[in-house]
Order: sequence, then structure tokens, then C-alpha cells
Amino acid sequence: MTGSGEQLLLEVDTLTVKHAQLTAVSEVSLGVPAGSVFAVIGANGAGKSTLLGAIAGLNRPSGGRIILEGQDITRLSCPKRVELGVSLVPEGRRLFPSLTVEENILTGAYRARPGRWNLSRIYEMFPWMPGRRRQSAAQLSGGEQHAVAIARALMANPRILLIDELSLGLAPIVVRGIYASLPALLESGLTVMLVEQDVAQACSVASRIQCLLEGRTTLVGGPTEFTTAEIEAAYFGMSAAAPAGAAS
Amino acid sequence: MAQTRVTRAQHSGLFAGGLGIIVVVVLAALPFLVVEGVTNFLVNLFILLALATMWNLLAGYGGLVSVGQQAYIGLGAYTVLFLAQNGFNAFVGVPAAVLVGAVIAVPASWFLFRLSGGYFAIATWVLAVVAAIVITGIPSLGAGTGASVPGLLNYNAIDLGAYTYWAALVVAVAAVLATYLLMRSRLGLVLTAVRDNEIAARSVGSKVGRAKLIVYLVSSAGCAAVGAVIAISQLDVQAVNVFNIQWTAYMIFAVLIGGMGSIEGPLIGATIFIVLQQTLSQFNGWYLVLVGALAMVVAIWVRGGIWGFWADRSSFRIFSVGYFLHQEPPQDGGTPPGVGPSPRPDRRKWLRRLRPRPS
Amino acid sequence: MTLLNAVIQGVFLGGLLALFAAGLSLLFGVMGVLNLAHGDIAIVAGYLAVALVPALHLPALWVFLIVVGVLMVCGYLVQRLIFQPSLESGHLTPLLVTLGMSVVIENLLLEIFTANGHSISIGTFTAGSVQVNPQISLSYLSVAILGTAVLALGAIQMGLSRTKLGRIVRAVADDRDAAQLVGVNYRHIFGLAAAVAFGTVALAGLSLTMYTSISPTSGPTYLIYGFEAVVIGGLGSLWGTLAGGVVLGIAVTVGVLISSNFGALAPHLVFLAVLAIRPQGFFPRRVTT
Repeated sequence: MTGSGEQLLLEVDTLTVKHAQLTAVSEVSLGVPAGSVFAVIGANGAGKSTLLGAIAGLNRPSGGRIILEGQDITRLSCPKRVELGVSLVPEGRRLFPSLTVEENILTGAYRARPGRWNLSRIYEMFPWMPGRRRQSAAQLSGGEQHAVAIARALMANPRILLIDELSLGLAPIVVRGIYASLPALLESGLTVMLVEQDVAQACSVASRIQCLLEGRTTLVGGPTEFTTAEIEAAYFGMSAAAPAGAAS
Repeated sequence: MAQTRVTRAQHSGLFAGGLGIIVVVVLAALPFLVVEGVTNFLVNLFILLALATMWNLLAGYGGLVSVGQQAYIGLGAYTVLFLAQNGFNAFVGVPAAVLVGAVIAVPASWFLFRLSGGYFAIATWVLAVVAAIVITGIPSLGAGTGASVPGLLNYNAIDLGAYTYWAALVVAVAAVLATYLLMRSRLGLVLTAVRDNEIAARSVGSKVGRAKLIVYLVSSAGCAAVGAVIAISQLDVQAVNVFNIQWTAYMIFAVLIGGMGSIEGPLIGATIFIVLQQTLSQFNGWYLVLVGALAMVVAIWVRGGIWGFWADRSSFRIFSVGYFLHQEPPQDGGTPPGVGPSPRPDRRKWLRRLRPRPS
Repeated sequence: MTLLNAVIQGVFLGGLLALFAAGLSLLFGVMGVLNLAHGDIAIVAGYLAVALVPALHLPALWVFLIVVGVLMVCGYLVQRLIFQPSLESGHLTPLLVTLGMSVVIENLLLEIFTANGHSISIGTFTAGSVQVNPQISLSYLSVAILGTAVLALGAIQMGLSRTKLGRIVRAVADDRDAAQLVGVNYRHIFGLAAAVAFGTVALAGLSLTMYTSISPTSGPTYLIYGFEAVVIGGLGSLWGTLAGGVVLGIAVTVGVLISSNFGALAPHLVFLAVLAIRPQGFFPRRVTT
């Protein structure tokens, strides 16, 4: 499944996650190579956020394993996983509304691993932040909040950064701006795993994509390996390949 | 094609209904059959039974967690006092208390229903405290030290005991019956929907506000009637006693131990509570320590109470307020999709209507 | 002038009520627990002092420190062992469990100490006062209680806004799941908040035991005053809680000038009015998105 010689930073092995009676993630397996951008795509309700939440430690899986750099972290609590280098930027950003921008970012350092990310590096990366740092986080726009949420996650010096639904609720130009900053993150040795509904964006930046439909994997590989029609079929769950000549 | 049938009761329910009528008749005959000690004990049981049923209606079915129903107990008791002081028979105070409770509950609800959660709970308690303070300021009602209810001592002791017993029995039966009828009606369906998901319930047009108001009115009127009975059975009325938060503690404990969200639960809980009180009566405060601790344990770890524990394992119900879904296999002998081999009624669906939902 | 004196005494009473309210505000604001046993815990602190002062042969102030310390440890344990399972059991459950706690505590105290009132005095300090002018006198105790309230609330507020731990507590209060994502063990934070809450309510109970006398059933009255102060001041602001306490205190002392019954009624009427007109209080801090 992975290229020869590639180290897998994160492995997920037949993971099943349930929400009461509903099975949100059903025996999903994946492997994220170190230093890559891995995108999980799929429609609403496909189980993508649940999967990410399980990797971060918020959702308890009912079956399967999660392995970080060879260590089984399935039973570990969320705070322990932060210590080991898993940092999640949750869906909806979820900044702390009664804290200022700077305070929000600083909370990310609570269980920080030693590393290169600190407040001044964050402010270098997002030059607009220092001027707004004493403002209440609730007053920022969606895109700005997303940047702060990413900053908060980075402060922990993670090995792998999980980003849930990056483009949801944001203007396209803002989304492009955030995606444009991803390469800089990768240069610092970070691995990024993101969940996206916008397939085009995901394919443009990821080196591997995996598509989920109703909790199961329908497609996995490098984005250039597939035609648009194949991705569409995997995304929407249309049966069988389109007849020859009909693919665009 | 699979046939489905929806019924409101099982055979066991009809049997239990018949048994219930017999029980009530026997209870009514008791003053002619047993000594006064037994009927006095039963008066206390009926009082707590009615209170627990009313609190369960409010909180278990209505979702309104009030710690202020003692306001209505006190108002009911003082209704009796007031009427007796003005020449009426004290027992007239019982139906009068129902009116008083309902009338006062209306403006109270306008204020209270704007609140929720902890704010709602504390506001109900503050209203009770306010009612107590206001009444204590009225000298003719005995002010702080209380007053005895005139006219009761004109009866001879045995007659008084019997009349008090029957008043308590009527109130208890009425409380249970009212809850049963309400929950079997459309209102019960609305309340169950609200308990599951209030926004969804409103969005399909359920009259949620009206349902909650009716439940609050009935519960308050019921507590007031109980307060009237308390005044009669204790022969005097003292604010610090009838407006005391202890009554709320007792009714909540009874419901918790017996099981919230069902009609049988409060009955069981009240019985256990009163029996404990009798057997441990010489240990006074310690039995309350025990019951309080028991209530805490049950609230956290045995969430359905005793009846909930039983209800999970059997479909026997004394008071059927839910719906049974019967799914019959299709005529051609094939298996209906999605249904397993057993053709028995689907208990799981029905049970989920009644159990308090963790949230 | 009697009105001015009443207002001044009301301010001092407000200090005492604010001490009761501070812990409630923390518990309700940080973890959403409405602790119906809050007043009773203050009374436990008072009785602990009543029992320990003659037994330990230490100056009263040392005993007070010990009592506050013991209660803080109890607070952490009660949160981890009782409040936390209640929170996980259901959102109604903490209310019901703390009601049970209240009954258990009150009846235990009744059995151990009987229903008689108890009080503590530390000599001339408790009884002494200064006559500012013919109508106004300031008792040392009242001034000390107000001072303690201001110091305690100030310290907590400062801790919350200036320290790293305070920031984390505020974060947990805002969104406990997001806090987990930055590595916070929110149960431990809840425990610390409960410890501080029990510490302040211990101070309240000790103050009450000196100011007047306590009996096993004195708790609920102060629970109500405490909650009313929190609502009037606004959840999330400890200075607001102090202001709320002062408003209630003045309502009591000024109301008493009309009649003792009205003095008991006035604070509750003020509370109900605030709840009807401005339920978020006068200085609410919590921002919700």
C-alpha cells in the first residue's frame, strides 16, 4: 500500500467506531507516510470526522488499532496522545471564546513537546496575529479563527497535525490561503492528515488520498492515479465503473 | 407484506387494572377492619406516594426538575387552616387546595418557564421561600409559631382517623389516576417526544408549552391537595414544617429509589421509604442519612431505580402508558426484512419511551 | 442616618454572602454543577472548627487554616468521587446527588452536634467594634470578613486571568473537549476548581460561625443567598458575585428597617426581579459563540 522505503508515521488497522446504534467508521485501515499530506475525503456523514476524532482520542473505537510510529495508542487518553505528538484542529475550530487570541494559542503549549514551534515563530508565520493578540477569539472571522486554531495545535510541537474539515464555512480565497501555508509546515518535518469535502483542494495538496463512504473505504492511493469519474464514483457510491467513453 | 399492529396495553396490564380496583376497594374498607395504628401508617404512605407521583409527573415525564413543590404543600395546608378558621369544614380544604394550587401555579409558570436547568430549580425553591415568608407575616394564620386547625377536634378520634385516612386515600388514588390518564393521552405522547428531542417535537407542531403547563398545574394542584391532607392529619399548621425543603427531599428520594419516568417507580420508592422510616424510627436522623446516601448511589449508578431494573428484564407493567409494536410475519411464510426469527412484541422500542434518557 | 448605617452594614453582610457565592460560581461556571449542599459544607467547616478549637489547643486562627486546608482536600476528592460520576451519569444527576448530600450532611451534623446553635468567638476581636459616629459603628469582625472576601475573590480572579493554570481553567470551562485536545486532563482541573470552591465556602462557614451562630440546618438559607448573588452579579465574574452579595446584603439590612419579615423577603424579591428582567446578571463574563 505504501511506496517502498516510506516510513509510516501513523497506521490505522481495521478501526470501527460506533455512535450509539450507528456504526460511523467500519473496519477502516490506512497508513500515513511520515512527512506527507494525507487527505481523507468523502461526503457528509461518511465518517471522516469520527475517524479523525478516534485518532486524536476523542471517540472510543469498538474495534481495531491505532499505531503511532510503531506504538499502539488505541487505549491512550486524549492528553496522552498530545504528549506523543498527535494534535487535532477540530471541526468548527472550537477556540475558547472567553480567552484572547494569544491566550488561545498559549493553551496549546500546555503539554507541548520540545520542538521548534513557539509564540514568536507562530507570529512570524501569521504576521497579522500580533496586532490582534489581545482581542477576544470570538471576534475573529472564520478564516482568522482557523489560523489561530492551527497555531494552537502547532504550539504542542506535534509529529502529526490532524485538520478536520478545513474548508467548511470559509470563503474559497481564505481556504486557498490556508492551504498555501501548508508546504511551510511540511518543511518543518510535520506530517499532515486532513479531512476535506472539497475534493479538488484535497487532491491539489495531498500526496495520498483515501475516500470514505458510509464508514468504509472506497478508494485509496495517490491523487493522480485516479480519473475524476473514479473519484466521483467512490465519493458518491455509484455502482460499477462508467461505461467506456463516458468518463470525462 | 409484514403486518404491524400497535396496541396500548398487554394482557398483563388488563389483569393488573382489575387487581388495582380490588386493592383500592380493600384499602377503602380498612378503617373498619384494622386498628388505628395501621391506618395512620398508611396515611403517611399515601401522602408520600402522592407527592412522589406528582414530582415524577413533573420531572420524570415533564422534564421540569423542581425543588420547590413544597410551596404548594404549604399553600394547601394553609388553605385548610384559612377555611377552617372561617367556619368551613376542614375537609373542604382538600378540593379547595386543588384550586388554590392550580390558580397560583399559573402566574408562577409564566415566570418559571423562562428559565431552565439550575436556574429553574433554584427559582422554584426561592418561590417557596417567598411564599413561606409572606404567609409567616400574616398574624391571623399563626405567623411564625403556627396555628391549630379549628374544628377537627369536634370529631371523635376514631372518626377523625377514618376521615383523614379516606381523604389521604382519595388524594393518592387521584394523583396516580391523573398521571396515568395524562400520560395515556396525547399529552403523554408530546411529553415523551419532548424528552427525546424538544426541538424536533416543536418542529412537528407539538404543543410543548401547553403540555408543560398542564403538567406543572396538575403537579402543583396535587401537591397542594397533599398539603391539605397533611394539615388535617397533623391537626396544626406551621410554616417552617409545611414549607420545608424536606418534603421535596423525601419525594425526590422516593422517586429516585423507585425509578423515575414510570408510574410504578414512585409507588415502590415511597413504600420502601416509609417502611424504612417505620423500622428505623428510633434511629431518627440516621435513617435519613441512610436514605440520602442510598438516593445518591441510585442516582449515579442505578439510574432507573428499582422499577427500572425490573423493567429492563420483563415486559410486565401495571400501568401501561407506552405503545407495543407487534410485527407479524408475512402471510406467505417468508421472513420480513429486518426482523429476526422471533415474532414477539418488540419490547426494546417500547422501553425506550419510558426510561429517563441520559443526556 | 440609620439608613446610611443600614447600607454600610449591608455592604459588610454582602462580603459574607459573597464568600458563600464564590464557590458556587466556580462550581457552576466551570463544571456546570449546581451544588445544593454548598451551604451545608460551609456549616461543616464551622462545626469542624467548633470541635477542633478546644481539642487542638491551638490559637483559633491556626485551626481555621487547618479547616480550610482540610475542606480543600475534601473538595478535590468530592469532585473526583461524587461530582464527576454524577456528571457522567446524566445532566440532571448532580442536582439530585447534591440534594442527597445535603440531607446526609445535615442529619449527620444533627446526630453529632444536636440541633442547638454553636458559635465561636475569639475574644475581643469577635465582639469588638469601632464607633465612627453616633449612628454608625463598624465591628472588627465585619470589616475582617469583608476584607477576607475581597482578598479571596481578588486572588481567585487574579489567578484565573494572569496565570497559566487559570487560563487552562477558563479554557476547560469554555469547552472541555477542545481543552482535552490541547492535552488537559479536565477531571483534574475540575478537582482543583472544586478544591478552591470548598476553600472559599470554608472561609464563609468560619466567618458565619463567628458572626452569628450556626445549627445543622443553617446551610440552605445561605445556599440560596449565594446562588442569588451569583445570578445578580452575573456568572463568570467574581467581582460581579461580590457586587451581587452586596446588593443582597443591603436589601436585607434596609428591608429590616421596615419590618423583620420584609428584611427576609427583600433579597428574594430583588433576585426574582433580576431573574425576570436581566437573567444574565449585571456583569456577565461568559461569552458564548
